[in-house]
Amino acid sequence: MARIIGGLTTSHVPSIGGAIARGEQQTPYWKPLFDAFTPVHAWLEEMKPDVAVVIYNDHGLNFFLDKMPTFAVGAAASYDNADEGWGIPVLPSFDGDPDLSWHMIDRLVADEFDITMCQELLVDHAFTLPIKLMYPNAGPTWPLRTIPVTINSVQHPLPSAARCWKLGQAIGRAIESYPKDLKVVVLGTGGLSHQLDGTRAGFINKDFDLLCMEKIVSDPVALTKYTNRQIIELAGSQGVELMTWIAMRGALQGKVRAVASTYHAPISNTGGAVMLLANEPVASLAAE
Amino acid sequence: MDDLRHIPGTPVFQGEEARRGYALNKMCFSFNEAANRKAFLADEEGYMDRHHLTEPQRAAIRSRNVLQLIAAGGNVYYLAKFAGIFGLNVQDIGAQQTGMTIDEFKAFLAAQGA
Repeated sequence: MARIIGGLTTSHVPSIGGAIARGEQQTPYWKPLFDAFTPVHAWLEEMKPDVAVVIYNDHGLNFFLDKMPTFAVGAAASYDNADEGWGIPVLPSFDGDPDLSWHMIDRLVADEFDITMCQELLVDHAFTLPIKLMYPNAGPTWPLRTIPVTINSVQHPLPSAARCWKLGQAIGRAIESYPKDLKVVVLGTGGLSHQLDGTRAGFINKDFDLLCMEKIVSDPVALTKYTNRQIIELAGSQGVELMTWIAMRGALQGKVRAVASTYHAPISNTGGAVMLLANEPVASLAAE
Repeated sequence: MDDLRHIPGTPVFQGEEARRGYALNKMCFSFNEAANRKAFLADEEGYMDRHHLTEPQRAAIRSRNVLQLIAAGGNVYYLAKFAGIFGLNVQDIGAQQTGMTIDEFKAFLAAQGA
């Protein structure tokens, strides 16, 4: 059976792509972020996941306001990155896993998540940069297959934190009911606090970010109690990307512990956070 | 249901904005493609004509003013592609919206992370 071996959260600030392109990983500004991935690299090397299910928000590369799905799941054999308009390099295409995608889609709809199914999907920086950070030396192909899952963060009303938690739980059940022996890592990319628009632009809330990083491990249900208004007030208008973290965490139903956890602010305009969560079978708890 | 109005300094892009800003955002969405960015720069007025922008949207595009673009229904994710044409990043547009210099805005960000 497929098994979710862990979850990874990271900020997906576009300028990370620029920093990589310019080779600035060890400059004082960027070093804390890139160094946060050293333990992640060691874990990936040891665990060798086969598939990454990447929960993220599209920023107007694939979806426009003509048709805006609340939740969408990729079902393609491959996913292309593309020009987003402001100059970060386009990364090589990512292999999909259509069999697992359709299994997830079937299970999610049966589980009353009426997601949009996408046989073509351009993946933006929120999908590509975290994988590049995980595998900085990969290329031209990536060492694992991918399945994109998007959560609308562009056009309100957005789904609630509680709904995203339940989506994550349904994704977890879907993956772990897949009959092939696969090791799956679930990513939630985005956040933490930041705001790009309005006279409150530049708002960062370090205290709230640190609270989220604590709760995502030990008490994720506490995060599902916030309304979207409260999240916007506490984390800024783009801080709603916290939804991707909550959905990721919902998929981890085993014994969860933090393998790595780094907070560094600001990264660009954002409270930057990287966390790697191991998800160990509850059965092994009984054996301990 | 959440009331998302009247959060100080914080525009929230709801149905009303999506309707008002549709043409502007659709034009900005087109700037994902380099050929469209080039076509805009070659003939801004003609490009806005072809996208049926309203008069307040045209004025906002001409002004390059982010708050004015948001007031005309612009969504920040699509507006970022317009800003990208001029090489402006999120710190540039943050400084513009808050009335700070770039250095002041960067110092403001850094102080919150301390």
